[in-house]
Amino acid sequence: MSVKYSEDHEWVKAEGDVCTIGVSAHAAEQLGDVVFVELPEVGKTFAKGDEMAVVESVKAASDVYAPISGDVVEVNSAIVDEPAKVNEDPQGAAWFVKIKPSNASELDALMDETAYKEFAGQS
Amino acid sequence: MADAETDTLKRTPLYDLHVSLGAKMVAFAGYEMPVQYPAGVLKEHLHTREKAGLFDVSHMGQAYLKTTEAPLGSQEAHEKIAAAIETLVPGEIRKLKQGGMRYTTLLSEEGGVLDDLMVTRLYLDDLQGMLLLVVNAATKNEDFALIEERLEGVASLEVATDRSLIAIQGPKAAAVVNRLMPGAIDQPFMTVRPHMWPAADNSAYIVLSRCGYTGEDGFEISVPDSHAVLLAKALLAAPEVEPVGLGARDSLRLEAGLCLYGHDLTPEISPVEGNIAFAVGKRRREEGGFPGAARIQKEFAEGPKRLRVGLKPEGRAPAREGAEIQSTDGRVIGAVTSGGFGPTAGGPVAMGYVEAGFAETGTKVNLIVRGKPLPAVVADMPFVPHNYYRG
Repeated sequence: MSVKYSEDHEWVKAEGDVCTIGVSAHAAEQLGDVVFVELPEVGKTFAKGDEMAVVESVKAASDVYAPISGDVVEVNSAIVDEPAKVNEDPQGAAWFVKIKPSNASELDALMDETAYKEFAGQS
Repeated sequence: MADAETDTLKRTPLYDLHVSLGAKMVAFAGYEMPVQYPAGVLKEHLHTREKAGLFDVSHMGQAYLKTTEAPLGSQEAHEKIAAAIETLVPGEIRKLKQGGMRYTTLLSEEGGVLDDLMVTRLYLDDLQGMLLLVVNAATKNEDFALIEERLEGVASLEVATDRSLIAIQGPKAAAVVNRLMPGAIDQPFMTVRPHMWPAADNSAYIVLSRCGYTGEDGFEISVPDSHAVLLAKALLAAPEVEPVGLGARDSLRLEAGLCLYGHDLTPEISPVEGNIAFAVGKRRREEGGFPGAARIQKEFAEGPKRLRVGLKPEGRAPAREGAEIQSTDGRVIGAVTSGGFGPTAGGPVAMGYVEAGFAETGTKVNLIVRGKPLPAVVADMPFVPHNYYRG
């Protein structure tokens, strides 16, 4: 299925019963040069809207919120080692976590590409 | 953006140039200023350390302070104006040579720092008895009001509302400026020299000072508003120079261990606590005669209760302004006043205040970041060696 977006600028891509989550290209650009990423531990459970990860640029620290509820099944430690990847490929290689959703219907409430583009342009 | 806040913001003469260079403009100290250009904070920072960065600092306050007790142009006039300003600042102004400048502080009656500033004795013979003051943007109105009030009857303050200030910083800065203003390359650190620029019939009076806020060699150039764009474009035309915004200006000064007023220095903090004892002249320390002298002399004699120190967090997580500093046994001993990621240092760096007993280099502390203790050590500043011109 296609990529969906939250109002907090995370993207979610569902493949089978696992969803990959990251920060949008728009968010990465707004953040500027990312210098630090903190990811949750595998196995941790998040409710939609919980603080899930931290991303810091030279300028400021930002929280990454869980766009949907679920359990963390994998994290991308490559972006912890090389935070600059978040600027290079935010919607690809620089994904943050993979989670197993506990309530797949939450995906329906997220924005599609077109809606997000409009949303991000206004924010 | 046309909301109420941006409507009241001021613009420097370089505003259109910033926009044309693709700057992201933000509100800062009542001005719309460039926080970064398309290169981004990290690249702008590294470029300044490697070559040269150009900064618009026209939001800062510039003013001439003239004695009214003696005709300008004599040693006596200098001594009069020095004596006047020394009642407000603890720096050694009297012994400045012509064209010499000092970093010092405006003090409250309690010895707290109301602002940090540069006081310059102008170079030309006929301008003796006149000082150039450069103060912070956010405090300039209060500073100037205080100076006018306190020095009424002995000095007059003329705010240079028609002058811009352009900084060029980095190891290539001197070579670049020297092409426009010959002789600049040999100008001593912490001095000013006058120039008429450009050397055609359309020339303006420039005050070229060799100083800065990055830890690098470089200049701050006071230029009439009428010539500010011309000068900025002439400097940017040099292949070594890129424009740099407030974002990198902050990370550069943090790595250099330099204070940001309102954060690392406040009206509650004395120059001794602020670890800027060099802002207090040796003679002045003994003689006193500045606001809050009793407290400041006591702190010199007995040591301050708290001190600004450098902090190096272990690992990669930055600790930012406001983070609590705890001893390793969990007692609150201070707070971070500036912190972030140092692109040249290659990791997080910070500064903050700790109780004097914890100020020794190498002392282990914890910085509380997102509720968790982040181990850090008290570290020497600067985090990146200063690269000033020592000709």
